[in-house]
Amino acid sequence: MSNAESKDVILQKDDGVALLWLDRQGEKVNTLSVKTLDSFSKLLDELEKDPEVKAVVLISKKKDNFIVGADLDVLQTFDKAEDAQKASQDGNDLLTRVSKFPKPFVAAINGTTMGGGLEVALACHYRIVTDHPKTVLALPEVKLGLLPGGGGTQRLPRLIGIQKALGLMLTGRNVYPHKAKKIGLADEIIHPHGLLQAAKNVALKLTKKPHKRKKRMGFMEKALESTPLTKNIIYNTAKKQVMRQTYGNYPAPLKIIDCVKRGMGTNLKSGLQIESKNFGELVVSPESTQLVNLFFAMTDSKKNPQQDKVKKVEKIGMLGAGLMGAGIANISATKDIRVVLKDISMEAANNGFKNISKDIGVKCKKRIYTAFQKDTILSKVFPTDSYKSLRNTDVVIEAVFEDLDLKRKVLAETEAVVRDDCIFASNTSSLPITDIAAEAKHPERVIGMHYFSPVPKMPLLEIITTDKTADWVTATAYDLGVKQGKTVIVVGDGPGFYTTRILAPLMNEAICLLEEGAKIEDIDRNMKLFGYPVGPITLLDEVGLDVAAHVTDVMNDLFSKRGVTGSNVAKQITDAGLKGRKNGKGFYLYPKKKGKKKTINTDIYRFFGGNSRKTFDREEMQLRVALMMVNEAAVCLQDGILKSPRDGDLGAILGLGFPPFRGGPFRYIDTLGASKVVATLESLQEKHGVRFTPAPILQEYAKNNKKFYN
Amino acid sequence: MSERKVVLVDGTRIPFLKANTSYKNLRSYDLARLALKGLLDKTQLSPHELQQVIAGTVISNFTTSNVARDALLGAGLPYTIPAFTVTMACISANQAITSGIDLIASGQKDVVIAGGTESLSDVPIRYKKKFRRKLMAAQKFTKPWQFLTFLNLKDWLPEIPRVAEFATNRTMGQDCERTVSRIGVTRREQDEFAIRSHHLAAEATEKGFLSQEITPISVEPKFQLVDKDNGFRKDSSMEKLQKLRPAFVKPHGTITAGNASFLTDGAAFVLLMEEEKARALGYEPKAVVKSYAYTAQSPHDELLLGPAYAIPKVLDQANLTLQDIDVFEIHEAFAGQVLAALKCLDSDTFAKENLGRSQKVGEIPMDKVNTWGGSLSIGHPFGATGSRLVTCAANRLIHENKKFALIASCAAGALGHAMIIENCRG
Repeated sequence: MSNAESKDVILQKDDGVALLWLDRQGEKVNTLSVKTLDSFSKLLDELEKDPEVKAVVLISKKKDNFIVGADLDVLQTFDKAEDAQKASQDGNDLLTRVSKFPKPFVAAINGTTMGGGLEVALACHYRIVTDHPKTVLALPEVKLGLLPGGGGTQRLPRLIGIQKALGLMLTGRNVYPHKAKKIGLADEIIHPHGLLQAAKNVALKLTKKPHKRKKRMGFMEKALESTPLTKNIIYNTAKKQVMRQTYGNYPAPLKIIDCVKRGMGTNLKSGLQIESKNFGELVVSPESTQLVNLFFAMTDSKKNPQQDKVKKVEKIGMLGAGLMGAGIANISATKDIRVVLKDISMEAANNGFKNISKDIGVKCKKRIYTAFQKDTILSKVFPTDSYKSLRNTDVVIEAVFEDLDLKRKVLAETEAVVRDDCIFASNTSSLPITDIAAEAKHPERVIGMHYFSPVPKMPLLEIITTDKTADWVTATAYDLGVKQGKTVIVVGDGPGFYTTRILAPLMNEAICLLEEGAKIEDIDRNMKLFGYPVGPITLLDEVGLDVAAHVTDVMNDLFSKRGVTGSNVAKQITDAGLKGRKNGKGFYLYPKKKGKKKTINTDIYRFFGGNSRKTFDREEMQLRVALMMVNEAAVCLQDGILKSPRDGDLGAILGLGFPPFRGGPFRYIDTLGASKVVATLESLQEKHGVRFTPAPILQEYAKNNKKFYN
Repeated sequence: MSERKVVLVDGTRIPFLKANTSYKNLRSYDLARLALKGLLDKTQLSPHELQQVIAGTVISNFTTSNVARDALLGAGLPYTIPAFTVTMACISANQAITSGIDLIASGQKDVVIAGGTESLSDVPIRYKKKFRRKLMAAQKFTKPWQFLTFLNLKDWLPEIPRVAEFATNRTMGQDCERTVSRIGVTRREQDEFAIRSHHLAAEATEKGFLSQEITPISVEPKFQLVDKDNGFRKDSSMEKLQKLRPAFVKPHGTITAGNASFLTDGAAFVLLMEEEKARALGYEPKAVVKSYAYTAQSPHDELLLGPAYAIPKVLDQANLTLQDIDVFEIHEAFAGQVLAALKCLDSDTFAKENLGRSQKVGEIPMDKVNTWGGSLSIGHPFGATGSRLVTCAANRLIHENKKFALIASCAAGALGHAMIIENCRG
């Protein structure tokens, strides 16, 4: 029957309903590309003329996705804003045809429906979604520095209201089936097996009577969206919130607000034009380019380079049930891995268990898990105070106090009880793995797995291998990290490995600035303006000054060989009893009462030459702090700690909050040009000393005009 | 045909707590899943090896009527494991365990977890039959005025849950009073036995004997760590017990709250395997099952005398005499009930009239009976007690380095059970 040209879309006629099966050839997921759009357009001509066809159902042949979005590879080929704008317009023309199609058009949605995929669904006359666990709807374009360029900024607010639409588009968050139905994004929910029949039924029903839908809005929501004046309040509030979170570093959210604001003030057709123009501009913006690069790098890192050497991990042991240990146990148990959560006392282990339970409980309230799922997850965590329970574990991860002797001790104690194919991983943030493994019976099974706090939220896992670490051990740790939902980088061993090593000079520079008389709030604010999510001084407080002092100590040799001496002020401050957030006193004072804001602890200036403070040039401050990290990242690449610039960028962004829109240290160097970076560093070196000496690799790249990425 | 031996690898339970204490927010499903989790941790059993779960329970909850299956799923065990729930009053867990033994002995399974669970803090309370009928009928009501039938406020009162024998409508305490009077067990004897039970449980707890069979758990919402039973009274004394008033036959009865078991929440499971399978998996089993027996008597006169019938039966089956047994674990529903059973066993008249034997079965030395406490002091979650008895008997055998242990229990419905296990490590 079918005479469609492309196999990506297959037409099947069934009792007067044309079923359009989406099935992108050679891929596991459906994406939108120019080719699909062309064949789709021709199909529409055919369907419109065909008297046999009374209604159309759009449905995916894939197991767990409808359409996951536009083909990003294609987006990357656009050099000019006009080209991207044109592509958006073409898409919008086609979708407008769908929305005005004379026969009912039903979207039958099962599985992931993202970005362009959701926009296609929005253009249809009726959306029916399944309650499959993989069914999620989202417009995540903002995360890539883009906006929904297929009518999303126009159709979504018209369907579910301005406030809800802005919320979804500015965060890119997932909407699950029941929520989708509740807010009016979906018209109906059905189980996956009944989807096709239900879609056909409703399509035929719509031929007799068009669907009438009630706007599902609360009273206040409706009131706010009823007059131009109050609508303006919505837009202004949204804008203020965006500015507060991004410091204006990201153009996409502002443009999304602009599209909705102007679009809702006019008709759909003009709205779509505004959207396409904004979309074009964003596609070629440097911010979006870097965010798309980051997305590709993250996707790329999901592939384990040594997948064939992976051993199955079903049960892990966690030594230490503190914040870290409980966090790692949490992300493992939720991914169906059993965890023995060991601490020195049953009370301590139980406390870790409690924290996991609380976290899962919060997710239950948000309806991410059911109460029963919570039971099954918590059943996978076994709190204990005995090594005996580690007997059958595949991997043991230690997160005990950062003390070399203690780590060696727990390693020896673990080796005494585990099977001889069990991996020992250390979640140290700075101690070299080689040192920890020095007395191990099986150093080939020792590896570093450096997680970041809070573990469930932070996306990075830094794996550290020594000369002796076996390949299967690295491969298995990698696999475990990916299973736990982390983006994994593998780096070489040394004090602070990669992430802690590049963070230390940045922190040190912030302290130098304080010693030179800068204000705490200026440093934090300026670095936030530069694009860091948290200022370095706040970060010091969060990490804890005792930890910072310890790290300085561990890293000292490494830097002093290069003639750089780090400040030991962190130790002095710790000795004076200020530890940062953990004891409520650090660079800031943290009031015990909830809801009260932290204030600056001016008393701490006594460690930095007294209370007379001055203002620094913002850009100089930003460059000094940021370039310390960037330069050290280059040294890491040169020393072989890093295997690739990609890992360096992923580590800095996902682990340390390096501004994502700058693409990471190496992308940042490429953007500025190595020669410019070297020149800046040299001038800083003249003023402030050898710590700014450009890494030799940078000098070489500058001389030969090379880039880290081609 | 080579005989397949069934071994007890290990067993565990969550602490038994008085009803409406720390487990008051948990359901029998929760107790079971926590105990299962504890057993998995204790035995380090790979879930892939497990082939069957059987749980006993008495007061079933409508939402989890096959609580064995729901609890195994809730404990995150593979959904490919079949599970069923059995009920046989206070010997439900015993029935679960012997069903597991049969499955293994007959070659159908190699690895089975069996035990039981009970929450007496979460007893389903329902409307009376008349009102339930009205509610069912109301589903078909079409006219508003038909609902006027619900205006009778008396209807809305719930049925009071009562542990009474269906056939006789007597509570178990009333029955026990009849038995102790008939056999001649005094109030003082009963109180002494109760004090003994409490003191032994306290001692076994202090010395850490009971921690071998207990899995500590963390109880929501406050996540307090529960690692001990809370029912035994170290300070139990004759002076205090004598003050208590009879609970069932007033004012001249002998059974009081002090010499009867209390309402308890808890769950317990054992891991059973075919012997060679256990060795292949690297286990050193604790005990091997020798023999078991069930008996049933008249619910009118002999409701709680089960052990007096089941003990001689199982001894005969195993070709052993009372003297061969070093460890007795006898369920203590009431102090009077245990003492009555022991007196019957030691009576020639009872042997002739009731057992058809020429001689009495014999006297059981008290220093072999329930030396780590019993249901009177540790508590009695109906569906779980049997599993506690088996695990405790095995642990005592190993501790005392003795050969045979006998477990015996009575149950509502005038049922009796006994089982003999043999030390594997002796």
